[in-house]
Amino acid sequence: MKVVVDTDKCVAAGNCVAAAMDVFDQRDEDGIVVLLNEYPPAELAEDVRNAAAICPALAIRIED
Amino acid sequence: MAETDTSPAAADAQVPQFPTPRSAKCPFAPPSDLLALGDEKPLAKAEIWDGSTPWLILGHAAQRAILADPRVSVDEHRPGFPFPTRTMAETLEHRPLTIFNADGADHARFRRMMTAPFTRNRMERLRPAIQQITDQLIDEMLAGPNPTDLVKALSLPLPSLMICEVLGVPYADHEFFQEHAEVATNTELTGEQSRASQQALGGYLAKLLMAKMETPGDDVLTDFAERIKAKELELPDAVMLCMVLLIAGHETSANMITLATAALLESPEQLAQLQANQDPQFIAGAVEELLRYLTIAHLGQRRIALEDIEIEGETIKGGEGIVVPLAAGNWDPIAFPEPDRLDLTREARHHHAFAWGVHQCLGQQLARIELQVVYGTLYRRIPTLRLAVSRDELRFRGDSLAYGVYELPVTW
Repeated sequence: MKVVVDTDKCVAAGNCVAAAMDVFDQRDEDGIVVLLNEYPPAELAEDVRNAAAICPALAIRIED
Repeated sequence: MAETDTSPAAADAQVPQFPTPRSAKCPFAPPSDLLALGDEKPLAKAEIWDGSTPWLILGHAAQRAILADPRVSVDEHRPGFPFPTRTMAETLEHRPLTIFNADGADHARFRRMMTAPFTRNRMERLRPAIQQITDQLIDEMLAGPNPTDLVKALSLPLPSLMICEVLGVPYADHEFFQEHAEVATNTELTGEQSRASQQALGGYLAKLLMAKMETPGDDVLTDFAERIKAKELELPDAVMLCMVLLIAGHETSANMITLATAALLESPEQLAQLQANQDPQFIAGAVEELLRYLTIAHLGQRRIALEDIEIEGETIKGGEGIVVPLAAGNWDPIAFPEPDRLDLTREARHHHAFAWGVHQCLGQQLARIELQVVYGTLYRRIPTLRLAVSRDELRFRGDSLAYGVYELPVTW
């Protein structure tokens, strides 16, 4: 799975971090998403899908 | 031959009203006619206080679609905007462009000025301070009169002390801050009544902002002070933003503490789980379910369509008002089976208690951590906590911006 984040759309809600903290973090200066791992391992797939589903700004895309 | 009344007045009587009162038997549930309407279809027109008939978006999926759609605006100046109250409509010209009523690039600019202090990491760093404040308030409550009012003993002081932490108000000034914050943020008071406290707080915050420019801390006021020095933000706007954070985070958190306590005292099985299970994942999940079940932001998110929008077989025409009653989405049985069941173990993270879309609550991570600490502490430390009055005697805040109860007399 490949994860793509759109930092223009992101509103720093932080729910992706809650859902998959090994894959997503937030910038110090404005809380905008930081993608820690573009190709997360299979065992994190469900968490990553949850993160994408829970993003209120629809800023996370998953390419299989 | 039966007489049928087909006059326009009779036809108008068919249009549902919004909002409608809740049932005295089930005060925690959203109004039953709202839920019944949602069972019929995912969106429907309803009449609000001024006689206008915006679209009510009821289904969980429909709410997501509308709140994330760029053709949906929060711009209150557009004719036909469905104000939640007459006061909001009448005070329109006194309201500047803020994060609440800006769209697109303006909204993003405002939002990014305030998001740094509310990241998950910063919230985790606050957890020890929140735990300490909670324990201290509970100590004082246990040492004080029994019965007491939970609202005064814990629900109101906790958020205001936490905002002090987040903003960076020195400990010595907490009492001054709390007293004025309570009056300034009380949405039941008139402008006249709260003006003196708002001015006192505003003046105090301006002075503190200047002080933070000389002596920075690790807090929101310091963040704002730096932006003022860098000429990205004006001092009066920074004060206004502080007041926004204070007001937004005050009654909401307080009401969640009080209302959840009332609801849990009615659900002893659920309460027992919370008392016994200290697993942070369980507590976090319990918070999400309580947010869903209670949905205290109950006057409906207000929007207006910029263009025609096709949704679920209907067309919302450009210029029509839109109201999104979050509780309807949170009690949609398609999204949450048996929604009237409070179940702290259910997967509830997809609730709309904080709304959805780019305007989703800025302070939601702060609210979460606060509620995780309080719900994980209060019922464990006071296991015999119970109502000191019968449930029927509780006065629910049906007309307030944030739903809750006025007092919660408790004993232990």
